[in-house]
Amino acid sequence: MLLTLLVVVTIVIVRMRSLFGVIVLSGVYSFLMASVLMVYDAVDVAMTEAAVGAGVSTVLLLAALHLTDAREYPQPRPAALPLLVAVIVGLVLIWATYDLPAFGIADAPIHRHVAPHYLQNAIKETQVANVVSAVLADYRSFDTFGEVIVVFTAGIGVMLLLKGRRQRRDGSEGGLR
Amino acid sequence: MRLDVILRVGVKLIIPFMLIFGLYVQLHGDYGPGGGFQAGVIVAGSVIVYALIFGIEEAQRIAPRRLVEFLVPLGVLIYAMTGVFGLLNGQNFLDYSVLAAHAPAGRERGILLVEAGVLVTVASTMVALFYAFSERGR
Repeated sequence: MLLTLLVVVTIVIVRMRSLFGVIVLSGVYSFLMASVLMVYDAVDVAMTEAAVGAGVSTVLLLAALHLTDAREYPQPRPAALPLLVAVIVGLVLIWATYDLPAFGIADAPIHRHVAPHYLQNAIKETQVANVVSAVLADYRSFDTFGEVIVVFTAGIGVMLLLKGRRQRRDGSEGGLR
Repeated sequence: MRLDVILRVGVKLIIPFMLIFGLYVQLHGDYGPGGGFQAGVIVAGSVIVYALIFGIEEAQRIAPRRLVEFLVPLGVLIYAMTGVFGLLNGQNFLDYSVLAAHAPAGRERGILLVEAGVLVTVASTMVALFYAFSERGR
């Protein structure tokens, strides 16, 4: 049911020309995705999806819309080649899913490598009851550090882009304010 | 004068709860779902909501842009320094076991510090992005 709604929202997003509607619907999409993740018991990820996807990114997209035109211009010619590439990639991905272990199966490789160690020893080794937090901030601390660096770099990049342009256009406004 | 009285009053009522919920998500991340990323976005969300309703100048009185842009690298620094502390004490980078007398307590403390760094960077980056977009539009 949720997945059907996801597909419907995606198709509407692709078909829609009004960018305001697209932004609202992408918020809806994120909320549906958060519900799907809740169904899979991935509460931490669902929380992030709801807060980032449906919350902040919708606001940031609306702010970006403020700087641009609110309507998407129609494509002048039919996009045959991109469609072909998309269909081929989709078929290859579907073909690849046949090699995946069955969904939710207990002895899939992902559940047999380091996951049992984390589940059995996380509380003893880190005194943190939420294994997800222990894995993210302790066992996989390097990865989380990388994520923070990504957020930092992306933020700096956007700020530089938006500010640099304004200073050049005004001319008189030099230096950092 | 305006028809948005309900919004103004409602936002004033809801923002304290948003901030408390952000802190809860941050500090309760050890026991329930949550952590620096989610809490950072919630805290940033409260500032953004305030800016949306009361205008960007009002929001910059409580969260000045200079402060927000100072906090962006500060969070990364908190995270990195937590790692370097292990390095200085003869352990690997980001090995928290030296932060307290025995290893598990040190690792718990390390997780807390690192999550604080994530909170600071994520929250300030989101607010700084919002400021950058909304100031560009004027």
